[in-house]
Amino acid sequence: MAEALEARNLVKTFSGIKAADNVDVTIRQGELVSLIGANGAGKTTFVNMVTGYMRPDSGTITSDGRQITGLKPRDITRLGICRSFQIPQIFSELTLEENLLIAVNVTLRGSTRRHSALRRANTPEAQKMVTEVLEKFKLGDYRQSRAGEVSGGTRKLLDVGMATISAPRVLLLDEPTSGVASDQKFAFMDVVMNALAGSPVAVMFIEHDMEIVRRYARRVIVFHEGRILADAETEVALNQDDVKLHVTGGGA
Amino acid sequence: MTQLKTGPLALSAIALAALLIVGAIVPEWILYTGALILAKGFVVLGLAFLLRMNLVSFGQGLYYCFGAYVGGMLSNAGVTDAFAVIIASALASGAIGLLLGLFLSGYRGVFFAMFNLALSMILYGFLLKSRSLGGSDGMGIAAPTYLGYAPSSDARLYAFFVFAAVCAVVVCHMARIYSKSEIGLTSASVKDCEIRLEYVGLSVRYLIVFNMVLASALAGMGGAMVALISGHIIPELAYWSTSGEFVFMTVLSGPNGIVSAFGATAIFETIRLAAGQYMPNSWQFVLGGFLLLSIFFMPAGISAVLRRAGPPKDETLEETRNG
Repeated sequence: MAEALEARNLVKTFSGIKAADNVDVTIRQGELVSLIGANGAGKTTFVNMVTGYMRPDSGTITSDGRQITGLKPRDITRLGICRSFQIPQIFSELTLEENLLIAVNVTLRGSTRRHSALRRANTPEAQKMVTEVLEKFKLGDYRQSRAGEVSGGTRKLLDVGMATISAPRVLLLDEPTSGVASDQKFAFMDVVMNALAGSPVAVMFIEHDMEIVRRYARRVIVFHEGRILADAETEVALNQDDVKLHVTGGGA
Repeated sequence: MTQLKTGPLALSAIALAALLIVGAIVPEWILYTGALILAKGFVVLGLAFLLRMNLVSFGQGLYYCFGAYVGGMLSNAGVTDAFAVIIASALASGAIGLLLGLFLSGYRGVFFAMFNLALSMILYGFLLKSRSLGGSDGMGIAAPTYLGYAPSSDARLYAFFVFAAVCAVVVCHMARIYSKSEIGLTSASVKDCEIRLEYVGLSVRYLIVFNMVLASALAGMGGAMVALISGHIIPELAYWSTSGEFVFMTVLSGPNGIVSAFGATAIFETIRLAAGQYMPNSWQFVLGGFLLLSIFFMPAGISAVLRRAGPPKDETLEETRNG
């Protein structure tokens, strides 16, 4: 069976500095993987290359055996690889319901994925899907609130919720708990993980908080200076001496 | 207490009836101004669709003028039916909007505004030098007919007003459906977050081109109407100050309004008429002052004021929100 995501020899250079230096990553369906590393280690660059935000200088990325290297973000999204952002990318002037309606209507259009100029945005079918997402992500109380006026954590949940609407095969979460109050981080991740429970989606999340990583990730990929320093089960990776030295700060 | 609930179709019918009754009793100069307002309102409505996406075109005169010249040439070629003329003009201007949209959809902000302006000035320069199209004097246009009905000279103005009013009501109704549609809601969110739109699988470029086609078709329609009512077309229709006036009216209307596009056009034309009458040497001063006041006190335009004032709502996003 083809892998959910397979990156081979990815290279990306910014002004002579290698943000990705022959990166190889394989993600299988249903895996829960955390990407860790110091700032500038190449985690977000990797996610950006996978999701079409930037094109690798060289290397290939495939999903389910299909070549996706250099495709546009919308084409990669349509192939089932979705993402959330460190800074939530939502429609601040719209309500949470309207934010989700936009994503829901794309999914409802199926293969055409093109919105209609005549079909109402809030059909009963679309409303039903929106309600399901709002309930899954515990956002029901904010349905009619403007996205720009809710808390940072709620915006984060909305951002993740929008990324999950099309039932992706691979979901990449860029620092999902950054900006979330420290005493709310576990509650936040619980909501996200419960919402994804039972789905065959492969989840990769970038994280700096090792407590979060230990609690939710089954596997950890450690980035350091554009290279992969470790790729193993969570505890094994986090206990490697070089990971302690360069990333987690525990010393060798 | 029984609450009366009027549907959009009934509201459209009431608005049309009111327009026709008012048109039948007002003096000719008001009727002429009213028809002109309805015609220009289409251009403003189209610009409002772009403004919702945070795109301001300082060259909408291009599509307006193009539509007027297409309408004028058709009339002079024997196609005098007003419905055929405005449909052809809307299609022709829409086609130009599509062509230019494919190029301009990659630009934002001042670049988008200025590219449109530059292109409209190219058309202006071309028309100015084109002898076959009348050069700077423009061209006269044959009087329109309406599905075989050719009004006498006495009834011509009212007949045109009826035609313009019918078109305005139909277009407003369609604009309302569009604003509440999937693509209408999505287009209004382009200014908020292009990245998220791409990451739910949509093409922002497609949305911009789609709205540019709509806006240019409406501008072409408005241009053809102005040509038919005035009986004359001139290159000044593409001049930058004409485009600037449309931007003025659109800012006054606000991005989310539909009926307010016609309201803002009416206010602008009325102020210009009054200022021209009573302050002929400084009417621009009055207009500028009015724009300043409207920016200070109505930054989101008339449509936002109407929304706050309560029903009937003209705020389409709000309606979408409420289902």
